[in-house]
Amino acid sequence: MHNFDFVKPSSIADAVKALSTDGAQALSGGQTLTPTMKQRLAAPAVLVSLTGIAEMQGVCLGDDGLSIGAATPHAVVAREAAKYYPALAALAAGIGDPAVRNRGTIGGSLANNDPAACYPSAVLASGAVVVTNKRKIKADDWFQGMFTTALEEGEIITGVTFPVPEKAAYVKFNQPASRFALTGVFVAKYASGVRVAVTGASNEGVFRWSDGEKALSGNFAGAAVAGLTVSADGMIGDLHGTPEYRAHLVKVLTKRAVDAAH
Amino acid sequence: MPKDTGIGASSKRREDVRFLSGLGNYTDDVVIAGQSYAIFVRSTVAHGRIVKVATEAAAAMPGVLAVFTGEDFAAVGGNPAGWLINSRDGTPMKEPKRPVLAHGKVRHVGDAYAAVVAETLQQAKDAAQVISDESEIEELPAIIDMAKALADTTNRVHDEIPDNQCYDWGWIEDNRAAVEAAFKAAPHVTTLELVNNRLVPNAMEPRASIGEYFPGTGDYKLTTTSQNPHLTRLLVAAFVLGIPENKLTVVAPDVGGGFGSKIYHYGEEALVLAAAKKLKRPVKWVAERSESFLSDAHGRDHVTKIELACDKEGNFLAFRTETMANVGAYLSNFATVTPTFLHGTLMAGPYKVPHVYVNVKTVFTNTAPVDAYRGAGRPEATYSLERVIDKMCRELNLDPFEVRRKNFLTTDMFPYTTPVGLVYDTGNYQATLDKAVELGDVAGFEARRAASAAKGKLRGLGLSTWIEACGIAPSHLVGILGARVGLYDAATVRVNATGNISVMVGAHSHGQGHETVFAQVVAEQLGVPESSIEIVHGDTSKIPFGMGSYGSRSLAVCGSAMTKAVDKIIAKGKKIAAHMLEAAEGDITFADGKFSVAGTDKAKTFGEIAFSAYVPHNYPLETLEPGLEETAFYDPANFTYPAGAYLCEVEVDAETGKVEVCSFTCADDFGNVMNPMIVEGQVHGGVGQGIGQALLENTTYDENGQLLTGSYMDYAMPRADDVPFYTVDASCVTPCTHNPLGVKGCGEAGAIGSPPAVINAVIDALQRGGHRHVTHIDMPVSPSRVWSAMNNA
Amino acid sequence: MTKVTMTVNGKTVSGEVDGRTLLSGFLREGLGLTGTHIGCDTSQCGACVVHVDGKAIKSCTMFALDAAGASVKTIEGMANADGSLSVIQQSFQDHHGLQCGFCTPGMVMSSAALLAENPKPTEAEVRHYLEGNICRCTGYHNIVKAVLAASGQDVPAVAAE
Repeated sequence: MHNFDFVKPSSIADAVKALSTDGAQALSGGQTLTPTMKQRLAAPAVLVSLTGIAEMQGVCLGDDGLSIGAATPHAVVAREAAKYYPALAALAAGIGDPAVRNRGTIGGSLANNDPAACYPSAVLASGAVVVTNKRKIKADDWFQGMFTTALEEGEIITGVTFPVPEKAAYVKFNQPASRFALTGVFVAKYASGVRVAVTGASNEGVFRWSDGEKALSGNFAGAAVAGLTVSADGMIGDLHGTPEYRAHLVKVLTKRAVDAAH
Repeated sequence: MPKDTGIGASSKRREDVRFLSGLGNYTDDVVIAGQSYAIFVRSTVAHGRIVKVATEAAAAMPGVLAVFTGEDFAAVGGNPAGWLINSRDGTPMKEPKRPVLAHGKVRHVGDAYAAVVAETLQQAKDAAQVISDESEIEELPAIIDMAKALADTTNRVHDEIPDNQCYDWGWIEDNRAAVEAAFKAAPHVTTLELVNNRLVPNAMEPRASIGEYFPGTGDYKLTTTSQNPHLTRLLVAAFVLGIPENKLTVVAPDVGGGFGSKIYHYGEEALVLAAAKKLKRPVKWVAERSESFLSDAHGRDHVTKIELACDKEGNFLAFRTETMANVGAYLSNFATVTPTFLHGTLMAGPYKVPHVYVNVKTVFTNTAPVDAYRGAGRPEATYSLERVIDKMCRELNLDPFEVRRKNFLTTDMFPYTTPVGLVYDTGNYQATLDKAVELGDVAGFEARRAASAAKGKLRGLGLSTWIEACGIAPSHLVGILGARVGLYDAATVRVNATGNISVMVGAHSHGQGHETVFAQVVAEQLGVPESSIEIVHGDTSKIPFGMGSYGSRSLAVCGSAMTKAVDKIIAKGKKIAAHMLEAAEGDITFADGKFSVAGTDKAKTFGEIAFSAYVPHNYPLETLEPGLEETAFYDPANFTYPAGAYLCEVEVDAETGKVEVCSFTCADDFGNVMNPMIVEGQVHGGVGQGIGQALLENTTYDENGQLLTGSYMDYAMPRADDVPFYTVDASCVTPCTHNPLGVKGCGEAGAIGSPPAVINAVIDALQRGGHRHVTHIDMPVSPSRVWSAMNNA
Repeated sequence: MTKVTMTVNGKTVSGEVDGRTLLSGFLREGLGLTGTHIGCDTSQCGACVVHVDGKAIKSCTMFALDAAGASVKTIEGMANADGSLSVIQQSFQDHHGLQCGFCTPGMVMSSAALLAENPKPTEAEVRHYLEGNICRCTGYHNIVKAVLAASGQDVPAVAAE
């Protein structure tokens, strides 16, 4: 790993300032960035830790929904979101492993936008709003393909606000080695309709399965998707699954998520 | 009442206290004053001609002490193959030089062609990066696929080997015609093509080595992650660096697992020694996991066609196999014996089959070397046999349990000479199968299947009845078969003046628990407390000699040497006692730690005899040397033949193809058991690895020779939630007839017997679930593969 | 180099570190606490698990400077005050929950964190919680047994469920 200066500001303002220096990069829980730096695939000159900023921590229910500070570790979301948004809490409880969940954060996950990460599916299916130091960005605008987001230079995610659905569930099918999602489906039912977001499956990263949403908005039951087919075009093919297999899983997991939703 | 000490007791492991307290002493934990750090520059291409190794800029970087390239080792020896195999036509195998650092060409991704030694690890890494960036390697077409490699006479892994073939081996060649005739006349032939998937051993401790040189005496010391320090010393001294054997000490301290991968001598060990001499400083190297994936010897990697000839009732008439075995880019030390004598000789299984012929073509490719991994050849044999038998049963609508029973060798047939050259000394295969059927509740399977079906899951039951040859090995026999070393072992029992005992053993424990079990054995034999015995291993300066631990040999071979040494101690003790008790030597008996005059109450304790040996005031000095220390070497008369029956039940999720192992039952015959707790633990670990091979683990190179499964992100290691509790039993005992403890070995069993049981269960589940077209799926049976098999009618 | 101060196993310690110094490196090389092991470079094997402010974390994936001021507990700090093995450590020995010992420190630290959160876990909960700790020797059987036993549960009864 190349060396760097490590700074740990205690306010968003100080973090933004630190990030304005040349070669500065934000560090949240570091569960992805640190291994990447070990491989020398990232070499920041300054690493700005966001884990010491109190205003970026915590889970609270407000008028717009459930707000989660960007630097809140998965384990805290799993515990504290359970009574407000159980499907989201359950998703957080299934990311990585316990030690990863004690460090990894929702903001870090969304900024990285790994195509197999769990959180993006919840954010997209919930129509959540990503809050930065500069603006609020709708989930549908946030994700711009794998490892690509609307985040701009010098901008940091400070929190995410989730409208709480009537019913929801996330079902993840593990990639057997990494235990990221080989495919994961988050289904959320709102008064306005059903949203279905899929992670792990597409070369474009997380996406909404619109045929599934249409069918389920009419009839929120697993059987509603039985007659649909998911195209394998654009799906990821790798050692762990063919595009056809992933396309198949989208349907199976959607059905299971609907059956599990409460 | 189970024993609480000595042979047969489940003594708790004494080594655990240090491991549980963070006080283990693994190679990376060793810090030597003044140590410097080595980093290897590894090829990023699978095959290439080295045009220029750019060392100049790196050598001038801060903290850099030395840079080495293949040129520096061009004049020293290569790391040899331990076994000479001849082809069917009598010609010897092709044996290219395996250099310390690649010279001329790089032959696999991860092949080290330069090394940097620097004051700090980061400085070494920085300099290695510069060498990697600035060196010129002309990329050549990668040779990855074995069939293509054999057919390709233009592209060569080694320029001097035109068809990339190491040897074309037939076993037994003289039987070939008879086997062909048996197939021609057979009422039924079942054929199966299968892949025994390539695995990365993945001992949790990555390899590490520290070289030291002592200019005052000219001595060298290598601290390294080895399963057999004496063998490493021999290879470094006699073959590679030419250091006199008596000037080199090799120490393998606590070693975090081996599974075969730490048997071999690797170039990194030679490099740190050579660098230490040049720099007159200790040089330390510790592999990162990504390096381990690229440079540790891998395991398995066979492509096999097996045929079974039988009558309509399922009586076996003949087996015939054709196998391509990958050895990778260079011959690792056991690479040539693993697919041959550790594989072909097991191809009769525990069965009374009259005819067997095995053909193995071993192939060089631009991949990491492949060598013995837990089981080594025997899992490949067992997998082929047990899969083809299962397929035959389905074709002829026969019960797989009954077919195995009717083909088993029976207890009246031992000793039994197999058609592939082994002599099984003893066994009772019906007994272990009966025990497995009982413990695995085969009678209740149908009810469990129905319960699974009610949940929408397909349930299947798989059986494998396995045998192996271990306790490696009788030197006279392996010498005839091409071994370049003897495979005996040695031990010294030193009774100290105060009565406690040090036992120096050639076996090396890297998880097996020798420090506990060997002490149990000696305690029983000498009638002294276990706590008074210390087992010393892993240091060539302390132990007499040893061939190390692999092939489930520690107790059968080294334990026998230790027992012989104990016998000598007792014999000498009797002489001393006879003098002290003024009796004839022939009247002295030894039991429960006491030397007694038969028929009298005159006796001396073991401690009194030991004291007298070191304070010989009343001692037969004219006829007997003082001291009480004995060394014995033991060369086994035969292999040992553990065997057993394994049952696996799985549930398959028909929608996703995901396989869950619901239960796994093992009934084994390991001969006499010294510590049941440890034996069970060995089986658990082997089965865990076998389930890993069957369901999860795969090593994949792409067509350019890039390793696609080079980290735990893509190489699926079994985790705690991938496996169930196992049911294991070792109560069926037919003691080995030719070693003093009557032991057979248990280290590899689990990894040998389990993969076919899992796959047979998966196929059974799919068949019962109506997927009648699925007769085989190659390992690992990942969800994607199972789903594809179900849906590609 | 920057000075970092933290509490390790109840003792205040300081050292000079680089920005890139990992907590695992500071513990092993800075403090000589070599019970914390490095078994991979992708944060998956779990041999390096320690507790930071009471929570299990992978010390190979946390910078030493990020742990400034924190309270760190390693395998070396797990024994009872009198030096005897703690309940969880003793259970690993009693149930043969280790072989080569390399994954063991991380296994013990993760298991201790589990029992702190969930004093009576089910077998499935133990297996799920330990998914970030890889063991190559034991097939996990005796590790799971050891954790269940350390929780005071009757192991054969749990296994039979």
